Amino acid sequence: MQQIVNFIIRNKNFLLFLLLFSLSIFFIIQSHSYHKSKFINSANFLTGGIYNKVNNINEYFSLKSQNKILTEENNRLKSLLYNYSNKVDTSFIDSTKFSSQYRFTSANIIKNSYNLHNNMLLLNKGQNDSIEEDFGVISSKGIIGIVDKSSTNYSTVISILSTTSQISAQLKNTNHYGSLKWNGNSPELVQLIDIQKVAPVKIGDTIITSGRSSIFPKGILIGAVQDFKLDDAENFYTLNVKLFNDMTNIEHVHIIENIDKPEITNLLNE
Amino acid sequence: MNSVISIHTIRFIILVLAQALIFNHINFLGYINPYPYLLFILFYPVKNNRMLFIFLSFLLGLTVDMFLDTGGIHAASSVLIAYARPIFLKSSFGMIYEHQTIKFSAVEFGSKLTYITFLTAIHHIVLFSLEIFSASKIILTLQRALFSSIFTILLCVLLTIIFSRNKA
Repeated sequence: MQQIVNFIIRNKNFLLFLLLFSLSIFFIIQSHSYHKSKFINSANFLTGGIYNKVNNINEYFSLKSQNKILTEENNRLKSLLYNYSNKVDTSFIDSTKFSSQYRFTSANIIKNSYNLHNNMLLLNKGQNDSIEEDFGVISSKGIIGIVDKSSTNYSTVISILSTTSQISAQLKNTNHYGSLKWNGNSPELVQLIDIQKVAPVKIGDTIITSGRSSIFPKGILIGAVQDFKLDDAENFYTLNVKLFNDMTNIEHVHIIENIDKPEITNLLNE
Repeated sequence: MNSVISIHTIRFIILVLAQALIFNHINFLGYINPYPYLLFILFYPVKNNRMLFIFLSFLLGLTVDMFLDTGGIHAASSVLIAYARPIFLKSSFGMIYEHQTIKFSAVEFGSKLTYITFLTAIHHIVLFSLEIFSASKIILTLQRALFSSIFTILLCVLLTIIFSRNKA
């Protein structure tokens, strides 16, 4: 017993180092698994508050470009609105029901990040605005990510620029689908893998969300095909997709809640 | 004694805030960022309670992690260099360290530079291998570690020169 105590006292520095080092490794592994990063995230009172304060000032520097983006979106929506009567989809007879499947909340990004391997964003809306995990986040130009954790007033988002995220996406022209991943190299390009070889892929084709995951509705823009090649087994295409979003300059985003999601999950689990 | 504690507390807070709010948004050439919060570990007094020092370094890394949403990579690499610091103090400063009379404001510039370079390089290599976490991307890891190290070393040297107390 005496010797054990002596050993601990003699090596107390090394043991402390070992303890703290393994604790950090534990946090890292936890942060790599989905929705598990309980303590070490920026959606808490202190970091969220500081980021919010600083963002209140930083907002002014990008007012002009953000205004331009919002005007563009207004234009697009106006043109949709005025052209709507031509394109009514007759399969949705009950239009109130159609529009109420998804609930939109607008939010601001108060911390952006795109230089890491697993990027996380921070939004200024949280449980007070009934934001929960697994809600989709989009901007006017396309998809941003999925909500990971939410605190009272803030929520963290797994960006599509994250090697752990995986989002179901498809070609706009045909219904061939695959999953969207990021290889960690360029913040402008993401990779769409597992597209069937028979799919007629062309450079410049638009990629949209497939609506398969019940997080995003079908048809949200993602990007355009920049180049593509067959994978090693020559069964599937791997596509390089250039994002419509400039992930380095985003501020106003919309959070999407799928109100029918519990129903869909229940049905699938039966 | 009190003033030493307050100086280091203020230094801790300022370095974390500067890291989270300024230095992490530089994104030079798209992804190169410096990590000058290391200055706290580099220039912590040599005569110290070693357990407290290791714990403070862990806390420093963890706070940075919390701001940057990076899990525990900064905590792990900070703890590692805090534990390994005496070895590099000995190899960079030699005899002065043995006699425990080291004062960072009064040492030679050359040995100070080697000291900063060694610790920063180790910190960054550990940091980026933990961040990328994949042996097949070792070239990318080393490349990022190299570029960020250069940036951090330059910034650390500049900051020490700017904030050193003049003996005039």
